Formats: sequence, C-alpha cells, structure tokens
Amino acid sequence: MPTDAPLADPGAARVATGPPAVRLAGLRKSFGHLAAVAGVDLEIAEGEFFTMLGPSGSGKTTLLRLVAGFERPDAGVVELGGTDVTRQPPYARDVNTVFQDYALFPHMNVRENVEYGLRVRRVPRAERRRRAEAALEMVRLTGLSERKPVQLSGGQRQRVALARAIVNEPEVLLLDEPLGALDAKLRQEMQSELKRIQREVGITFVYVTHDQEEALTMSDRLAVFNQGRIEQLGTPVDVYERPASDFVAGFIGISNLLERDGRHITVRPEKIRLLADGEQPPPGSHTEPGRIEDVVYLGMLTRYVVSLADGGRLTAVRQNLDGYAADVLGTRGTSVTVAWRDDLSYEVTPEREEQA
Amino acid sequence: MEGRLARIGLRIWVGGVLLFLFVPIAIICFYAFNSSNIQSWPIQGLSVKWFSVAWHDPQVRAAFVLSLKAGVFATAIALLLGSAAAFGVHRFRFFGREAVSLLLVLPLALPGIITGIALNSAFSFAGIGLSLLTIVIGHATFCIVVVYNNVIARLRRVSGSVYEASADLGAHGFFTFRTVTLPMLSTALISGALLAFALSFDEVIVTTFTAGAQNTLPLWIFGAIRLGQQLPEVNVVVVAVLLLTVIPVIIAVRLTGGGGITRGSAAARSAMDSGSPGA
Repeated sequence: MPTDAPLADPGAARVATGPPAVRLAGLRKSFGHLAAVAGVDLEIAEGEFFTMLGPSGSGKTTLLRLVAGFERPDAGVVELGGTDVTRQPPYARDVNTVFQDYALFPHMNVRENVEYGLRVRRVPRAERRRRAEAALEMVRLTGLSERKPVQLSGGQRQRVALARAIVNEPEVLLLDEPLGALDAKLRQEMQSELKRIQREVGITFVYVTHDQEEALTMSDRLAVFNQGRIEQLGTPVDVYERPASDFVAGFIGISNLLERDGRHITVRPEKIRLLADGEQPPPGSHTEPGRIEDVVYLGMLTRYVVSLADGGRLTAVRQNLDGYAADVLGTRGTSVTVAWRDDLSYEVTPEREEQA
Repeated sequence: MEGRLARIGLRIWVGGVLLFLFVPIAIICFYAFNSSNIQSWPIQGLSVKWFSVAWHDPQVRAAFVLSLKAGVFATAIALLLGSAAAFGVHRFRFFGREAVSLLLVLPLALPGIITGIALNSAFSFAGIGLSLLTIVIGHATFCIVVVYNNVIARLRRVSGSVYEASADLGAHGFFTFRTVTLPMLSTALISGALLAFALSFDEVIVTTFTAGAQNTLPLWIFGAIRLGQQLPEVNVVVVAVLLLTVIPVIIAVRLTGGGGITRGSAAARSAMDSGSPGA
C-alpha cells in the first residue's frame, strides 16, 4: 500500500553554485527548561523562497531570531553566505527582517522609515531618496511618503515594512508571520505580491508562518517544525502528498490516519472515492466498507466523515459536480464503500518516537 | 421625551459642577483687578495697579525666584531619575521589580504632610540645614513620579520590536537611542517635565517642612492670607501662580492627548492586535 514513488528530491532541483545563503548546523536554543530550538540543521539556497511552517511554540520564530541575531544560540552555528556569523550582533549581519507587528518607527514618516537603513550606512541623501522611492514603487506604495505609520492601513504598513527591509538589498530577507495581522482577502493579495517581489529582487526569503496554505502556495521549499525540530523538509508537493509523519499529515491538511496491520497510514481527503452500491472500484484500489457519519456542504465541495467497519474514521471531500445540497445531505447515515488507489496512501511515523 | 429631559438635566448638572469648580477661581482673578484694597462686592473699579505693586515687592520677587529655581531644579532631577527609573523597570526583569514600581509611584499618593515631616526629620537627623536644596529634594520626591509615569506609559505603548528593527537595519546602540528612543519619548519627557514643574510651583505642604525661613510663592500667599495682610497683592500672585501652573498642564495635555500619545497608542494598538512575538 505505501509506496516510495520517487518524487523529485527537494535539493536536486537547484544547482548549487557557491555557498548556501543560510546554513544552520546543530542549532540549539533553550529558554529556561523549554527547548525552543532543539537541534536544527538546515541549508537554504540562494534566491530560494523558504518557509518555516509550524504551530505556535514550535520554534520557528526563535529560529528566525537566531538567524537575525536577536538571540544567541546555546550551541550550533549560523552561517550566512558561507560566513560564520554566530557571534555577530544583528547590526553586523547582512539580513533584514519584516516583523510581525511591522515595528515601524512611529515618529518617522514613510520615507524616513524606508530610508533608515541607508541613513545608518551613510548613503548620500539623493541616493537614499532615489532608492527609497524605488523600493516603495516595488511594493506599490507611492504617493504616501509623507504619511506617518498611524495614518496608514494595516496592508499599507505591511508594505512599508517590506520596503524598509528590501531597500537595503540584504543577502537574506527574514519574514516573521508578516501577513498574520491582515484580513483574509488582503492576505491573499499580499501572498502573490510577496512572490512577485521575491522574483524581482532575487533575494533569498526565509518566511515564517503557521498558515499551511500560505506555506504551500508561496514556497520553493518548506520545513515543517514541531517541538523545536524539523519534522519534514521538502517541496510543497512533497510535504502535502507524502507527509513523513502523522504530525505533518495532520498539520498540513486534514489528518486522515488509520492503523492497519500495525502500520500507520494516511490518505488525503480528495483521493478517497465514495462508491455507490455495486459500483466497481478502479483497478489497484484499496476498499473498505463504512458508514457516512456526517456530511458538511461547503458550496463547491462536500465533506464526508466516514467511520470504517475496521475501525478508524476518514474525511473525504467531493466536488459538487452534479447534484444539489439536498441530495448530498440525504446521504447521512447510509452505508458506503470507500476506495483509494494503493499508491495514494502513505505510511507515516506515528507521533514522536524521539529521533536523534 | 424622557431622553430629551435627561439630556437637559445632565447639561444643567454639568454646568453646575463646572460653576462650582471655577467660580471661586474666576472671582479671585477678578479681584486682582480691583482698584480698592478692600475686597468687597461690587468692586469699586478696575485697575492693574496691584500688578505693579506685587511686581515691585521684594518679598514677592524673592519668593517668585525661589519658586522658579525650586521648580526648575526639581524638574531637572525628576527628568533624570524618573526616566532612568522608567527605563530600568521597563527594560529589565529583576527581583522586586513590581515593588520598585510601586515604591516609585507611592510618594504621589502619600499625604504631603507625611512626606514633609519625614523629610524634615531626616534632614535634621543628617544635620542638613533647610535651604533651596532641601526644597528641591522635597519636590523631587513627587516630581520623579510624574516623569516616571509619563515615560513608562510611553515605553509600554511602543512595541519593543522597534529597537530590534533599528538594530536589524544596521544601527548600534547609540544611533538607535538618538534616532529612535529619544524622539519617541520626547513628547512624554516634555509633558512629564511640564507637569512636574506645575506640581512643584504650587506645592505648599511638603515645602512648609523643607523650606526653613525662606518663602516660595505659595508659602508667601499662605503667610499673607493667614496674617490678613497684602490681600490685593495675594490676588495678583494667585493669578500668576495659576497661569504658571495651568499653562504647562495644558501644553502637557496637548502633547500627550493631542498629537504625541495618539501616535504612540495607535502603534501600540496595532502591536497588540498582532500579538507579541518572542518566546
């Protein structure tokens, strides 16, 4: 049933030229007794859009702060572009951060905020002005240069924070849940904006989020964090289609976990077919009888919760291609056979057998 | 109809309270322009002659200068110690931090008479003669609180990540202090200083126990009223004290309520909305 279908190896797609933009080795950081980062090794390639995904408290933000230099690791090495910066203070590192709360300087207007990094580095006024304008144009925020941060909307502040960081053309841009404070519509808009900006400036983006959809849609590669460790590292397709552990399966998408013959397997809800009486499963399918326990009509989709005769429960989704709400809701409580192609279910490591 | 009646009633009530509060002050201001030296109603005529008399009175002048000096020095000390305390309490976590915070604010709540007597006996215990210095120390006890409160309120409103942002953008400590910390605190410092000065300038009780033989302006007023002398001059001096305390307070409120704090608080609100990062 579980197969090892060779999906693309995450690292192989990139041609490694020169040192990685970010290299972390054996990184550890504890606060009191709590190990926020419990041994992380990671290489992020130049120009990559890399996402650190995980629930709150999984160590992803601490890891970002270790890269920025706001925290000193208890052990391990942080390298930027092949240079060891572990002992360097934040202001000596060629990285810039987009903060979760934007951290704009409230007493400065938009232009002064964006120019700040250049002013620190004594870039002449005229050039400062020019580059700030260019950065604001890049984030599509022109004509508001004289405004103070309080006079801006959340989305506009977000853009100022972004411009203030990219204007310095850092080696690596760190983004700490930058869209967390925005409403859903604005967030989607900013997601594609961020992707565009990243392509245009070609800077390595290290992006922290707890939003799995954001991670899947934006990243070249992503790392799923749990309890201070990387649970899985790979492309969005890898991580979604072939979750390495039940934690990953559950955190990204709906956790469909079954125990069969002592093995833990997972199937994505959209891969599961619900067979009508007498309907034959496609060849190479695994089938199980069950009963529809709950039906949730979602407009475009309908979500079914099926309890299986052999134990366990699965969530399946179906597009509402034909049929109406009344038809699908009427199926509650009826018997059904679920089927999925053998090669679409995967064996996962059950929750936390401590790995080295 | 009932809502309308209630509204009218409320307006009358508010008007009454305001009259109660400000009519006495208005009367004393009015008396300052009385041409007669007897305070009787209706007044005989309008004149500014008592302003001239008060201005040329050496006792009033000496008291005025002493009050100014005490106010300026006490404010200076308060700015230094109050903002330092605010930074310390805000920035660092240490044992007894809450206690320190409370102890700093306590002098404002403590009855002036207690502060006064305590200081008085402390000074005599230490063998320090009462002088300008002791007045300044006495005033500083409550002036520090005002500055401390203003500064720490501002520090709490400003998201801590702006300092990190500054470091992140390449600035080290002093540059950040000069370009970020100080400008963000400026209105809080100014308003704190103005309030401290206003408090010091009209303080009576603590000053009574720490001034010795000298008179500050409020002490001079107090003495003159008690002896029933120079009452027309008192009215003029009261107007002067009134202006010198009210104007700083109005400016302070403008600074914090009008522009200054709104800016800070809006930033803080957005910071709170997005939740605090960190561990």
